[in-house]
Amino acid sequence: MTRIFADQIDVELTVNGEPVEARVPVGQHVIDFLRQNLGLTGAHASCEHGVCGACTIRVDGSSVRGCLMLAAQLDGADVWTIEGLSDSDSIRDLQEAFIARNALQCGFCTPGMLVAAEELLAQGGVPERTAIREHLSGNYCRCTGYEAIVDAVETVARQRAGQVQSGKVRA
Amino acid sequence: MTIQFGNPDRPNSYIGKTVPRPNAGRLVEGRGKYVDDITLPRMLHVAFVRSPFAHAKILGIDAEEAKSVKGVLRIFTGADLAEICTPWVAVLEHLKGLKSPPEYPMALDRACWVGEPVVAVVATSRSAAEDGAALVEVDYDPLPIVTDMMSALDATTPVLHTELGDNLAFQRLHEEGDVDSVFQTAHKVVSAHFKTGRHTGVTPEPRSILVDWNPAERQMTAYHATQAPHMMQTALAEHLDIPESRVRVICGDVGGSYGIKVHVYPDEVATAAIAKIMARPVKFIADRLESFTTDIHARDHEIEARIAVDAEGKILAIDVDDWTAIGAYSVYPRTSAIEGNQVVNLCGGPYDFANYRAKTTVVFQNKTPTCQYRAVGHPIAVTVTEGLVDMAAAALGMDPVEIRRRNMYADDVYPVTSPAKMRFEGLSHHQSMDKLVALMDYDALRADQAEARARGVHRGIGIASFIELTNPSPFMYGIGGARISAQDGCTVRMDPDGSIVALSGVTEQGQGTEAMLSQIVAEGVGVHPENVRVITGDTQVTPYGGGTWASRGAGIGGEAALRSAQALRDSILEVAAAMLQADQASLDIRDGQVVDTDTGAQRMPLEELGRIVYFRGDTLPDGLPRELVQTRHYITSEYPFAFTNGVQASYLEVDTETGIVTLLKHWCVEDCGRIINPQLVDEQIRGGIVQGLGGALFEEIHYDSEGQLLNGSMADYLVPMAGEMPDMIVGHVETPTKESALGAKGAGEAGTAGAPAAVMNAINDALRPLGAQVTEMPFTPERILRALGSIED
Ligand code: FES
Ligand code: FES
Repeated sequence: MTRIFADQIDVELTVNGEPVEARVPVGQHVIDFLRQNLGLTGAHASCEHGVCGACTIRVDGSSVRGCLMLAAQLDGADVWTIEGLSDSDSIRDLQEAFIARNALQCGFCTPGMLVAAEELLAQGGVPERTAIREHLSGNYCRCTGYEAIVDAVETVARQRAGQVQSGKVRA
Repeated sequence: MTIQFGNPDRPNSYIGKTVPRPNAGRLVEGRGKYVDDITLPRMLHVAFVRSPFAHAKILGIDAEEAKSVKGVLRIFTGADLAEICTPWVAVLEHLKGLKSPPEYPMALDRACWVGEPVVAVVATSRSAAEDGAALVEVDYDPLPIVTDMMSALDATTPVLHTELGDNLAFQRLHEEGDVDSVFQTAHKVVSAHFKTGRHTGVTPEPRSILVDWNPAERQMTAYHATQAPHMMQTALAEHLDIPESRVRVICGDVGGSYGIKVHVYPDEVATAAIAKIMARPVKFIADRLESFTTDIHARDHEIEARIAVDAEGKILAIDVDDWTAIGAYSVYPRTSAIEGNQVVNLCGGPYDFANYRAKTTVVFQNKTPTCQYRAVGHPIAVTVTEGLVDMAAAALGMDPVEIRRRNMYADDVYPVTSPAKMRFEGLSHHQSMDKLVALMDYDALRADQAEARARGVHRGIGIASFIELTNPSPFMYGIGGARISAQDGCTVRMDPDGSIVALSGVTEQGQGTEAMLSQIVAEGVGVHPENVRVITGDTQVTPYGGGTWASRGAGIGGEAALRSAQALRDSILEVAAAMLQADQASLDIRDGQVVDTDTGAQRMPLEELGRIVYFRGDTLPDGLPRELVQTRHYITSEYPFAFTNGVQASYLEVDTETGIVTLLKHWCVEDCGRIINPQLVDEQIRGGIVQGLGGALFEEIHYDSEGQLLNGSMADYLVPMAGEMPDMIVGHVETPTKESALGAKGAGEAGTAGAPAAVMNAINDALRPLGAQVTEMPFTPERILRALGSIED
């Protein structure tokens, strides 16, 4: 078999605010690149075909499934994972609300869930519970039954909209 | 010292309060450490070639091409591994007659289900291992298959394991009273045929194991996503011929278990065997298709059942004929007969009646093995019981709440033994029902239902009472010969800085085990929970214990923690009394300070006591015991199980045009005894309910007649997502078990036990005016439309 295409490709990107240069196999998915090559194990691989949301990360401002995108597509991208979002304190209120409301149990879905929830919260306003549920419908959580997650997201939306002062989670 | 649980203002009153989970902070930052997050030097990856046939002879294996893949180092067949790994037979002596053939880590000359491991490919990367696996050629000769449950014992059906003689794995008949004559004379008899869909756990983190073998030390270390590290230690030691003391199982963060990760899986033992042969760390992480074809399945039951009632709605007799098909092997070491056995034990559970017959028939078939999954057997027993009770109520024109009130054990009759010979120490069916009816505002809901019906909208209310088996004694597994510990231990120590470390044999999979233990130890010793560090999941470090299953963590692990913490408190106070020249009985520990019990006056911080004991022991009297460490183990002994009870309700709407069910709201009142952390209990209940709702509405593994699994992805096998799930109101009644000082029973499975039955009854309540009824789970739009007669073929 003759090799028509290169099987490795060079990419330059920013991950969590830091420059990264890498040579990646053309078939490698973003989630594997982050976890295996960069040691960013916060996002998880679960269904590996775009259904469960465990691999959700932020690429160029939108939440993206790390199992559906190839690392080779990341050239020039601005990537944020749960590690960077934590270090930069940019979703601290949401993380605290998750802890206060016990909106995580095993925590496997949580990094992806937080990125997806933040995408909704970043749109501003206080979404209806059904809208929160709808927005999170691509993120599978087997442990919590979702209600605590919806509560936590709703609380943060209220807090950010200035409707409540502190971290009192359930009215 | 007995804790005054009734006084919420007592010192160190952490038991009963919502305190944050110590491990949540790192999980929200993505700092968890699941098995796949671990990379060891020289680590290899294994991928398995799995049988594409439900039943086939393996004629030959050609791995030459696979070996040429860059990165592939070695390839193993079942015969290769059988040389260093003995087979297991999953039977238990107390399940009389249970049989199953020897099972090896990989198929030898015959594969018995689609997904059974046949060849292992080991490579330097997972992708190379998978590429290699794709190139292995196995020559199969298909054999006759058994897929249908109800005809598995027919004379014309092939026998799956010929050496066993037939396809019957286990059968049990339990009979109490005179069932037949009651049914002949009863005022009303109602019968129904129920089916529960074969489903599986879909743990977000797939099954994961990383095994290292150090030949120089002759030590095996397995990083394993498991619920029962000590059980795994025994299994690996026994079958790989290593002394038990030389196997260390480490269980860090686990991404969901729900019973899926409490079994010994052939591919995981194979991974350990390969690590031992290659003397290098080997990692196996199941992919999603492997999860669907090889994680245990559960709940594949068909039940014919009937109930006899008198004119007042009093239950006279229940008769249950349960069938279940468990796949090709009984699963090691808990066996696959437990689920059917539970159905026999649990049907009719909440009710005071005399005549009971239940039979379970457990058969082999060429499918993925089934075994214990969250709420083992309960959803089936509750569905059958509560379905029959509702049907009887409808036949009598009686309200579903009323018929239950007329039959539930009175709250003051305990202790009592059920017709299934289950012993109940103390339950609260009536209090729970009263609370539920108040929480849901039953009458208002009925009014809303009637108003909706007038508009042509079909809403239904479904009630399901249940009992739940928790805190198991050795009666569950130990008496059958399995090395599965029913006792559990906790070691609590004080370090020089006055902080407390607790090592426990129960494990954390997200339930909040570590939070619960930190609260108990904090209260028992007299420090703040933040000053208690809990360590679980390491067989080399923690006291020997059973781990986390059958809702035992709080009731058994928690009691061991309380006893060891109180013992440590006594040790600390003995030293303090010597140092302060005070009477030990006059001292207490509060918020990390030794104080005078009567006045609360601070006498000495624990760090000062720690400084003296550890660095200036010369200043203490000779002969003063100075071990600031205590271990206690606990096992239940008076009752084989601590039963809990509860009742759930579902309110939903059925679209009779589309057959789609919309869940409007769900309620659960349950009694798990002493509540240690209200928030954690509530969220266990909610998560459990949603898992039950999945079984009721969506989840079903489909096979075709060739034994091919048809829906092996999360796009095809539906699980509950946020959009379809309701908000849930949770309430509690607390009837502590008197067996322990803590009084806690289990809470993790109650939600799953009752939710499917509540949904079924609600759907049937909505459909009853239309003359339709569903009893086959999951209640898909198609099944509902068929029941309505809208589609036929
Ligand atoms: S792993 Fe990417 S969506 Fe499931
Ligand atoms: S917390 Fe376990 S899957 Fe969401």
